[in-house]
Amino acid sequence: MIQTMTGKDAWLAEFEQFEAQSGKSPEWLRPVRKAAIASFTEFGFPTLRHEEWRFTNIAPIVNTAFERPNAEGARIDRNDLNRYRFSESDSNLFVVVNGRFDAALSGKGKRSDGVTVCSLADAMESHRSVVEANLARHASVRDNAFAALNTAFVEDGVFVHIPKNTVSTEPIHLLFVTTPAAGAIVTHPRLLVVAEENCQATIVETYAGLSETKYLTNSVAEFVLGENAIVDHYKVERESDAAYHMATRQLQLSRSSNMSSHTVSLGGGLVRNDVNAYFGGEGGNCMMNGLYVQRGSQHVDNHLRVDHAKPHCNSWEFYKGILDDESRAVFTGRIIVREGAQKTDAKQSNANLLLSNNALVDTKPQLEILADDVKCTHGATVGQLNDEAIFYLRTRGVSKDAARSLLIYAFAGESIGQVRVAPLRDRLQELLATRLAHGESLTFGRPYEYSDDFNEIVRNADRRRHTS
Amino acid sequence: MLEIKNLHARIDDHEILKGINLTIGAGEVHSIMGPNGSGKSTLASVLAGNEAFEVTEGEVLYNGQDLLAMAPEERAWAGIFLAFQYPVEIPGVSTTYFLKAAINAMRKSKGQPEIDANEFLNMAREKMKLVDLDDRLMTRAINEGFSGGEKKRNEVFQMAMLEPALAILDETDSGLDIDALKIVAKGVNSLRGKDRSFLVVTHYQRLLNYIVPDYVHVLVGGRIVRSGGKELAHELEANGYAGIAGAVEQPVG
Repeated sequence: MIQTMTGKDAWLAEFEQFEAQSGKSPEWLRPVRKAAIASFTEFGFPTLRHEEWRFTNIAPIVNTAFERPNAEGARIDRNDLNRYRFSESDSNLFVVVNGRFDAALSGKGKRSDGVTVCSLADAMESHRSVVEANLARHASVRDNAFAALNTAFVEDGVFVHIPKNTVSTEPIHLLFVTTPAAGAIVTHPRLLVVAEENCQATIVETYAGLSETKYLTNSVAEFVLGENAIVDHYKVERESDAAYHMATRQLQLSRSSNMSSHTVSLGGGLVRNDVNAYFGGEGGNCMMNGLYVQRGSQHVDNHLRVDHAKPHCNSWEFYKGILDDESRAVFTGRIIVREGAQKTDAKQSNANLLLSNNALVDTKPQLEILADDVKCTHGATVGQLNDEAIFYLRTRGVSKDAARSLLIYAFAGESIGQVRVAPLRDRLQELLATRLAHGESLTFGRPYEYSDDFNEIVRNADRRRHTS
Repeated sequence: MLEIKNLHARIDDHEILKGINLTIGAGEVHSIMGPNGSGKSTLASVLAGNEAFEVTEGEVLYNGQDLLAMAPEERAWAGIFLAFQYPVEIPGVSTTYFLKAAINAMRKSKGQPEIDANEFLNMAREKMKLVDLDDRLMTRAINEGFSGGEKKRNEVFQMAMLEPALAILDETDSGLDIDALKIVAKGVNSLRGKDRSFLVVTHYQRLLNYIVPDYVHVLVGGRIVRSGGKELAHELEANGYAGIAGAVEQPVG
């Protein structure tokens, strides 16, 4: 019945059915879902007339009849997941299959370092007060169809809790997979990370499709940082090329907290990443780093919004893209400096490398500055491989293909070099090779130097911006 | 080892080289001098294989081979090296990585195994000393943020690492102060030998006090208008290009 319906009405009908079935959900969650579906009812799906969606047409999603995955979940072979790992250790991998946390495939929930990683559905009971106080309290559903639908259909996902003063050194890897299905399935995985004061942790999210069929991953994550908390976050999107991937990341910073959020987009036919940072206290630092590598007819839209609500906060946005064939990328970087947010230092850059005449980029900075003692810089570049550099390399004996690859890798390397988890960095380097033509010709190691020093990274990026 | 016969080249619709004839023997140092726009750098670029220029007439034989039919990297494998007038900055590629890639590409073309990491480092340290380069530059991106002098010394350093049979120096002296000039000249002189030829393109006679050529050619308007020994450079210094017989054509480009 639902299969014949598409668009807003289909989702509303689906919600009614979902609500009738989800008897075991906690009472407190019902009003949260209701509010979300009410917002979706009011605003519906955005069209190209919507300012925030001008360059991204989601009609293919709106016109597809999606179904929710089978509640029993799918059985998958542990070995199928190997290609998505970056570390040998099983204990740090947590797996979500079709939106549901899979305890059998996951590491131990209560770790020796005091950090909890568990099913969000379980946490709604076991950690009710923390979950209730934070879930859907930060990521806005207003005029945001996908965040609203994720919230309306919220059931499961991952809950990560890093208690006060806890330093977790091992990266926590969360793997979200979608399995093959007869129809187009939609999952609404939800991630809630609560990092209490003075804690430190690294979280990696990987999104992957185990099939080449069409599906939609509609994901929302909230990162809530306490005072002085340090969180490094990496999201690696490796969906199948036929997939739709809509993602919102809400970064909630407190006084003197420090967050880095890396968004790597490799797969997916139509991908949208909203990363919203909110400075809720003075002295916060937030780095948003992005790399997108697109080919064929892939479309990726990165939408950043940084809200400098408090003084003395620093934000950096470095997004880089490599586009081949007829692929398309959109970048919007909005920086809001509120009244009184003095001594704000906000930097933004978006650099694009086009490998084909048919690739297209729309890049747009948006600055709204309501304070008078601030530093805000932005820059966007769209360019092709430098012929002079290729000639220079060739005169030193490097073949033409290898010279091209070297320059592409060097371009991406500035972004990959900012990844501070060494095995993940190496994995990304390999993945890049598989996504690019002639990637295989680059077999002589890494073309760039890494730095573990955050300040050094920022200084280098500054220097590059000034010299380019 | 190099024979240039009636070489004509143009960029877009603009003819720059209008019939160059030049023969360089093994171990010889030739200098090309000429005013701005005379075609000096174009000649250097064409010999290295820059595709921005189109050769419309003439031929170039390198050890009897048709040089113009070879790709830039093939010329490099055959022993030709160009020190750029304006060395290119390549962000994100460290000098170490770049040089290793270059050396290994050369070795591969000769069927040799890749260079051992220690051997490479020792060689690099030794050759850096030759041009007084700080070895910290090795970990920096190629030429990025280098001073003008560092860039030129880096070119000579690369030349020392790659050990070419024919080195073409395109205004390697331009923009250098006297100390840097002496360092560059010292580097070049240490590489002189009976099997290595040089084509030194320069705008200023000053360089030739330090790199003493066997032959000097004066290039004006896309043609060599005078050739002679090293004393020709001094004549140029005294009388200027205007005083050279035949140097009457308008400069191009």
